[in-house]
Amino acid sequence: MTDTTLNAAAGLPEIDERSLGMRIKTQVKHIRYVLTSNPVTLLAFTLFVMIVILGIFGPLIAPYDPLQTNASIALQPPSWSHWFGTDQLGRDVLSRVIVATRLDLLISVCAVAISFAAGSVVGSIAGYYGGWFDKISGRFIDTIMAFPLFVLAMGIVAALGNTVENIVYATAIINLPFYARVARAEVNIRRNAGFVQAAKLSGNSDARVLACHIFPNALPPMMVQISLNMGWAILNAAGLSFIGLGVRPPTPEWGIMVAEGANFIVSGEWWMAIFPGAALMLAVFTFNLLGDGLRDIVDPRQRT
Amino acid sequence: MAAPTSRLGTIARRLGQALPALFGVIVVTFLLTRALPGDPAAYFAGPAADEKSIAQIRESLGLDRPLPEQFLLYLKDLAQGKMGNSISTGQPVAEELVRRLPASLELTFFALLLSLAIAVPMGVLAATHPGKPIDHICRFIVTAGVSLPTFFTGLALVFVFYYLLGWAPSPLGRLDFAYVSPPTVTGFYVIDALLIGDFETAGAALAQLTLPAITLALFTLAPLARMTRASMLQVLSSEFIRTARAAGLSGATVLGTYAFRNAVLPVITTLGMVFSFTLGANVLVEKVFAWPGIGSYAVEALVVSDYAAVQGFVLSMAVLFVALNLVIDILYTLIDPRIQLDD
Repeated sequence: MTDTTLNAAAGLPEIDERSLGMRIKTQVKHIRYVLTSNPVTLLAFTLFVMIVILGIFGPLIAPYDPLQTNASIALQPPSWSHWFGTDQLGRDVLSRVIVATRLDLLISVCAVAISFAAGSVVGSIAGYYGGWFDKISGRFIDTIMAFPLFVLAMGIVAALGNTVENIVYATAIINLPFYARVARAEVNIRRNAGFVQAAKLSGNSDARVLACHIFPNALPPMMVQISLNMGWAILNAAGLSFIGLGVRPPTPEWGIMVAEGANFIVSGEWWMAIFPGAALMLAVFTFNLLGDGLRDIVDPRQRT
Repeated sequence: MAAPTSRLGTIARRLGQALPALFGVIVVTFLLTRALPGDPAAYFAGPAADEKSIAQIRESLGLDRPLPEQFLLYLKDLAQGKMGNSISTGQPVAEELVRRLPASLELTFFALLLSLAIAVPMGVLAATHPGKPIDHICRFIVTAGVSLPTFFTGLALVFVFYYLLGWAPSPLGRLDFAYVSPPTVTGFYVIDALLIGDFETAGAALAQLTLPAITLALFTLAPLARMTRASMLQVLSSEFIRTARAAGLSGATVLGTYAFRNAVLPVITTLGMVFSFTLGANVLVEKVFAWPGIGSYAVEALVVSDYAAVQGFVLSMAVLFVALNLVIDILYTLIDPRIQLDD
């Protein structure tokens, strides 16, 4: 692994001279090494693949229709025909948990994608040009961070209106500072590096240098940020729908399912809240472990 | 530089730095409801309002005037402690928030104390016994802890300790119906009950407090334990520790006086982030345990689209957070005189 920061400081180009094929081969070897040497990362990767499959093919895999009510089998504990039991309307909890995967993933992927894109642009421009834009964007980000983030998300959803899209926007806004800060710092340390000056001297415009030469080098730490952030985005979105924002019943979604099941837990019908909650926990856990694993790939020195 | 004056200066400067943050927070909460598409007067009037009452509200909020003037009016109202009236209860929002704040603070502080009491020793033990079981337990708790949805842990705890074991009282509020709430001195039921010597009520209040506090503490445990472990490991490998050991100081002195004091500084910095999480998680925990704090007030307000109440809640949480960060930074300056915050 090349030490990107040191190279940048020394003005050395960070793209190493080996052929592309060689580099991909080394990278794949390194990824395989990280996956096999650390069983936890392998486990996280397997879980991740499983969650993605459930997200894509969920409605096909689910044994029952998640919206089909049947009063005659309401509130049944887990059994062979209904592994996760049935809820107060006789809907199959397992099917609802599986189908919910797509919506929960979609909300958090969209939110993280938006904050990644917006944060990269804002942070890169601020880090490259500095000046008034840096000052204003910095002040703006500080203001976002001056709020307890979940509370700000509540306020945004309340103001924009109670819809799923607005949950996505709110989650994107509260995650934006993290990306903007990483992008700004990574771009800033490279703005005067040797390879940047060389690119400029060869006649590239500022925008092109920033987009094609500096930003790609800032990507690895941003990727780590993404996978660490995904789990948090899922938690956040589920938390918002738990308090009744965004997703409306009867749509299956983990947060709202826990909220519906909460009314039954004091009378002992635990399966309605515990299973969707466990699914949520597993998803977040997977992304957090994956984030740690990815950090090992990107920056092996930060291993703890 | 002369220590006391420069330290006071640093604190004063830090106070000055909090002002822009406070101003930004007020601007954002103002914009959240005013500059948005649609008619804010209709928002504030609620879904049941007719044309006439909307026009009336528009006038009383000054919404027919230009935006900067509206902002000045908003500032003036805030300075007088006015946050408008709740449409669902008709009560002034500020009064309701002040009445409910002690419940939230009691829960938050108790949870943080609990969390610190577990996280710090655990982090220290993990750092002094790397690779031993305690280290692995610490690492597991740290990774699992950040993955736990607070509302889910809360429900799981209710199920186990209330329904299955019957150890905990029913998760409904701060005090069982059988007890009378103690006279308000601090607003913290446990302390107030102890102040008048009513141990039974204090015990009952503490019993109600325990589960929600454990829920919150589990959530905040992870960042604190991770930070304690990391900074303790770093300090323990530094040279002055080796010197202290070589000089023949006892293990306890090296750990307590030399290592821990230096390791605790980054932990205090983490507290700011932890507060951000806690204040957010508070809302969820309060909903699960029907805790009558400002979080559950906000949730009730959100359900009926009570915008004045939500705005008041967001603003007061943000102000509380800015204030807490300020206190942490000042604490930091007092503990570590090397710190200059004027970069």
